[in-house]
Amino acid sequence: MSLSQEQVSQIAYLARLSLSKSQLESNTKDLNNILNLAEQLAQVNTDNIEPMAHPLHMSQRLREDNVSEKDQSELFQSIAPQTGKDHYLVPTVIE
Amino acid sequence: MHTKTLAQLAQGLKNKEFSSVELTQHYLDRIEKSDLNAFITVTDELALIQAQAADDKITKGNASVLTGIPYAHKDIFCTQGVKTSAGSKMLDNFISPYDATVSHKLNQADLVMLGKANMDEFAMGSSNENSYFGDVKNPWDKTKIPGGSSGGSAAAVAARLSAFATGTDTGGSIRQPASLCGITGLKPTYGRVSRYGMIAYASSLDQAGPMTQTAEDAALVLNVMAGFDEKDSTSAERDVEDYTASLNDSIKGLTIGLPKEFFSEGLDDEVASQVMAAVKEFEAMGATIKEVSLPNSAYAIPTYYIVAPCECSSNLSRLDGVRYGYRCDDPKDLEDLYLRSRSEGFGEEVKRRIMIGAYALSAGYYDAYYLKAQKTRHLISEDFKKAFKDVDVIMGPVSPTTAFDLGSVKDSVSMYLADIYTLSANLAGLPGMSIPAGFAQNLPVGLQLIGNYWSESKLLNIAHQFQQQTDWHTQIPEEKD
Repeated sequence: MSLSQEQVSQIAYLARLSLSKSQLESNTKDLNNILNLAEQLAQVNTDNIEPMAHPLHMSQRLREDNVSEKDQSELFQSIAPQTGKDHYLVPTVIE
Repeated sequence: MHTKTLAQLAQGLKNKEFSSVELTQHYLDRIEKSDLNAFITVTDELALIQAQAADDKITKGNASVLTGIPYAHKDIFCTQGVKTSAGSKMLDNFISPYDATVSHKLNQADLVMLGKANMDEFAMGSSNENSYFGDVKNPWDKTKIPGGSSGGSAAAVAARLSAFATGTDTGGSIRQPASLCGITGLKPTYGRVSRYGMIAYASSLDQAGPMTQTAEDAALVLNVMAGFDEKDSTSAERDVEDYTASLNDSIKGLTIGLPKEFFSEGLDDEVASQVMAAVKEFEAMGATIKEVSLPNSAYAIPTYYIVAPCECSSNLSRLDGVRYGYRCDDPKDLEDLYLRSRSEGFGEEVKRRIMIGAYALSAGYYDAYYLKAQKTRHLISEDFKKAFKDVDVIMGPVSPTTAFDLGSVKDSVSMYLADIYTLSANLAGLPGMSIPAGFAQNLPVGLQLIGNYWSESKLLNIAHQFQQQTDWHTQIPEEKD
């Protein structure tokens, strides 16, 4: 199975990336090469094998639901591209 | 001064043979003269302030073990008030508002940060050719790659531009550049060093560690870096050992496993013979050699190149031009802002991995790729479990070849194949090291050590004993003016 340029274009859009025509061509080739490599996995017998999401068998630690972080919004917003009235600003979404 | 090891420098500072300011200035001068492009940012003013503060502590007699030692910090660790770029245009304007836990620990130990080391963009690469800030050159031959992704860190230590460096290793990014630059590098067990503030690539694989001249130096640095951190939900709740405590233990009776799969086709003959010569040296020191098998290690490459891109596509989705980092000029609407900020901000290899991840996680393909890879990962990890029933440590090559020419590997898949020996340890979460083991084609060759979970002390002991018998780790690339 191999990906068409239309499919690669759709994948790029899902990942919020846009590709020029030449990038689309080269990426279609690259992505198909990588997926060909991944096809080797089909040879592995994984019947009754549990997926391993994490190297250590640990459970998520829980803590009391208390406020533990101090408010640093001013500091964090100081590096934002655009802010106003304590908000991050983006182009208008709804008129 | 720069020819001394970290341990010797620490002694020199303590004995007041030289001050931290003198030592720091000496390294800054060397960095200034260097053309390796090992650093993205040199923090000279900050370094001299930190060095002065360290000297004050030494004078007052309240210094700790590594007070005043200058180091290079991989530009993936957040450093408050200092640009933290992860080698990307996306974060070229990112002045971190907070310190990573590793940065904080190094500060608490009074270490002196010389600057932020160059790296492959978001740690994705094996040659340091994916940095927005340019290629790093191998100090042994400037036409060669230094390895990646911690290429700047490895080059800095090899060229003695810093006493040590920090690195991170997701699929070999500490061990492979350490091998290709002829230094010592340790990737600890997953969870040993906090990932808080370490810009995430693949969260279930990423692990930070020291890059140094010697195993003794690595033990000293790991003592500072390691430890439980409640800010990292995957940090291990285990006490930190003194990693220097067992360096001098005898390794007589050690059983070394050689995986036959690590010595098959694709391995350069000269690299193989250097690795085997090192193994023979261990035999002479009283170790026993045993063949082991890691039958699923052949699938480490496809497994890794599904798992890591899936995690990266998720991790890098936060970089959208809204809260920090790069934003495109004059976005016409929100979608245009996302699309152009990400397309202009990320480099080619990063985009490829994001797309592979987005595809492998999408409905209809998840089972065939991501789930399948996670199951294969389990089998790879089981192989090690079996092997460690019979042996104390696994040894083999780090990289199938010595450092290759800059610009010579053009396609992604060929580059991925060079990671064959390092990926398994990350997938299983095991600790691994690269130690200098000789030269082939006049370039350094590393020996890889893989240990069982939490066996960092044992690995450092084995490496230290080897370095008592050999002098590969003391070799320095010739400097031509």
